[in-house]
Amino acid sequence: MSPLKIKKGANSHSAYNLRPNFSDVQETHTLAVIVDNEAGVLARVIGLFAGRGYNIESLTVAEIDHSGKLSRITVVTTGTPQAIEQIKAQLGRIVPVHRVNDLTVDGPSVERELALFKVEGTGEKRVEALRLADIFRANVVDSTLESFVFELTGPTDKIDAFADLMRPLGLAELARTGVAALSRGA
Amino acid sequence: MAQKMTGAKMVVQALADQGVDTVFGYPGGAVLPIYDEIFQQNGIRHVLARHEQGAVHAAEGYARSSGKPGVCLVTSGPGATNAVTGLTDALMDSIPIVVLTGQVPTFMIGSDAFQEADTVGITRPCTKHNWLVKETSKLSGTIHEAFHVATTGRPGPVLVDIPKDVQFATDYYTPPAKANLGHYQPQVKGDLETITELVEAIEKAERPIFYTGGGVINSGPAATQLLRELVEATGFPITSTLMGLGCYPASGDKWLGMLGMHGLYEANMSMHGCDLMINIGARFDDRITGVLDAFSPGSRKAHIDIDPSSINKVIRVDMPIVGDVGHVLEDLLKVWKARGRKTNSGAVQKWWGQINEWRAVDCLKFEQKGKVIKPQYALSRLEALTKKHDRYICTEVGQHQMWAAQYLNFEDPNRWMTSGGLGTMGYGFPASIGVQMAHPDALVINVAGEASWLMNMQEMGTAMQYRLPVKQFILNNERLGMVRQWQELLHGERYSESWSESLPDFVKLAEAFGAKGILCSDPDTLDDAIMEMITHDGPVIFDCLVTKHENCFPMIPSGKAHNQMLMGEADTQGAIDAKGSVLV
Ligand SMILES: Cc1ncc(C[n+]2csc(CCOP(=O)(O)OP(=O)(O)O)c2C)c(N)n1
Ligand SMILES: [Mg+2]
Repeated sequence: MSPLKIKKGANSHSAYNLRPNFSDVQETHTLAVIVDNEAGVLARVIGLFAGRGYNIESLTVAEIDHSGKLSRITVVTTGTPQAIEQIKAQLGRIVPVHRVNDLTVDGPSVERELALFKVEGTGEKRVEALRLADIFRANVVDSTLESFVFELTGPTDKIDAFADLMRPLGLAELARTGVAALSRGA
Repeated sequence: MAQKMTGAKMVVQALADQGVDTVFGYPGGAVLPIYDEIFQQNGIRHVLARHEQGAVHAAEGYARSSGKPGVCLVTSGPGATNAVTGLTDALMDSIPIVVLTGQVPTFMIGSDAFQEADTVGITRPCTKHNWLVKETSKLSGTIHEAFHVATTGRPGPVLVDIPKDVQFATDYYTPPAKANLGHYQPQVKGDLETITELVEAIEKAERPIFYTGGGVINSGPAATQLLRELVEATGFPITSTLMGLGCYPASGDKWLGMLGMHGLYEANMSMHGCDLMINIGARFDDRITGVLDAFSPGSRKAHIDIDPSSINKVIRVDMPIVGDVGHVLEDLLKVWKARGRKTNSGAVQKWWGQINEWRAVDCLKFEQKGKVIKPQYALSRLEALTKKHDRYICTEVGQHQMWAAQYLNFEDPNRWMTSGGLGTMGYGFPASIGVQMAHPDALVINVAGEASWLMNMQEMGTAMQYRLPVKQFILNNERLGMVRQWQELLHGERYSESWSESLPDFVKLAEAFGAKGILCSDPDTLDDAIMEMITHDGPVIFDCLVTKHENCFPMIPSGKAHNQMLMGEADTQGAIDAKGSVLV
């Protein structure tokens, strides 16, 4: 693991700052966890959250480097700053974990989620669903006379907003990938 | 030249290359090929425990007393599940052990085969790391990596699960030097800027205290040496957790004794009143801190720990230093000396004046009156009669454990083996077997409660078979004493199931195994009986009948602070409120 360089008087809570400014406010953080892509590694990460009572709001995982056998787990979690610090430190202890980046505090980042919406209906509702999908730049990836499947990519709140709008219009099924995130810039 | 060999042979070869001389284990179908290899060599001694839990605790005792990793070999299914308590114990107390388990052949995994268990699944939360090896080509490298992970950074238990077909198949052996140890390399050097900040705090502190723990001992002999130098040079008082006993000599005049729930008055009061707390290798465990809101309210706190997750986990600290205790203390001493070895000696002198008043309370005083042996008296006599030996003490869990921590004195590290974090009854006896294996000529005593001792008493067979002269010093109060104490204080003296009924005749039990049994119930004959135990060349069960309803004091009741200790029976009325009683 990288050495913990702690600036005097620093008070943001990055993964390597051990002097956090603690408060009781609940914060939502997006963590990128780079792990060896080996059997059981996801179970270790999930087991840590379950065993220590931390929240998982969203979780995505996929191999990102085939030759290096590395996977990236993106996990969105909520807790007090102290709990978030613990989560990061506990993740860092897992032997196959290479590093933990807190995208929420390490600088600006982009977060995207992909979602598929099956909306069933006819008449006015069907027209309205299509109109809203257009406004949200959702793609129609399947349609029958009584249904659409929309594909939408965007930050979590955009997906949430679209889902809220579709519900009264006949939202029948929803599939979301969970968040993928990267820091901005070089 | 790379050598080809079977997986089973690789296991033995890898252990030999790791410098292993002793393996504690128990055979079964899924490890037969490995046992066959053990049969055909003489370099590694195998100690046959009588239960896999015993094998793991023995490996823990071996590890803690020698500083080397302990090794265990058990079969699949029930062998592996029996190892779970020992693994969890080692995880909680940061003990480096390597457990090898047999597994059903790879092609049968997932079929509910005979003696199949999801061993890596079951042990994932109770190991530092574990591996299921599916290819013989990876077996030796994985075992080397397992030793690396167990002993590097914060030590802990690891497990390697080896299917039977992997043991039979043949492939190239990877020697340790060629093994890929992965990327696991925890940081050992502390941040110099923070170390300097701590030095500045040391120079100014008026009421400092060193609060030390098992991390000092885990760091190794250099760390204990540096700690002693630092304490002598600064003249600051030092206390330690249960796990840290021996990292600083109990005979030293700066020693305040153990702190925490059953810690000494002077240690807890100093923790409460200090203005600079220097935590070295301890983890602010709940047995130490008492109620968090009132924990040492007026102090700045430094925390030296190799595990970043220990820092700010329960107590927020001002000077966090992630690193190995030995390395950090070396840098700390260097900086402090270079800046002129300063302390605020006038103020520290005054602080000692206050501490000495607390010491004068003499919180461990007791009176041996009447014809029944007090447990405190038994341990004081044990201390007096054995302190000249280079002795190793193990304990079980309960009142006797706390009294042992209070009344026995430790001058050196690695001499005290007790289950701290998990509090595992049944730990001490097998641990004493592991200690005796590591130190064949030493005096090894397990201070036990009668109830705990029964939990792994089958290990008498092991002690006899290997002629291990371990002394089982049982403080027999015919009670689950610590449970009874809590029932007395918290549950209106309703002693629900806390009686040790139908106890065996321990002397006859010893004799049934071919060992020596000693019964003592009279304070006047206690010394002679203890001497008889020490001088007997072989395992001894010493049944010491003690006061049945003695309570262990001082005690910080649940939900209270360091300065709210109960000092004796007179303090106990209504001592624990409803809020405290939900805590364990
Ligand atoms: C395996 C296990 N089960 C239960 C407990 C709870 N427990 C803690 S101390 C204790 C009583 C121990 O009795 P004994 O060994 O006779 O010691 P004493 O307290 O009487 O000295 C019990 C049951 C435990 N620590 N470990
Ligand atoms: Mg008892």
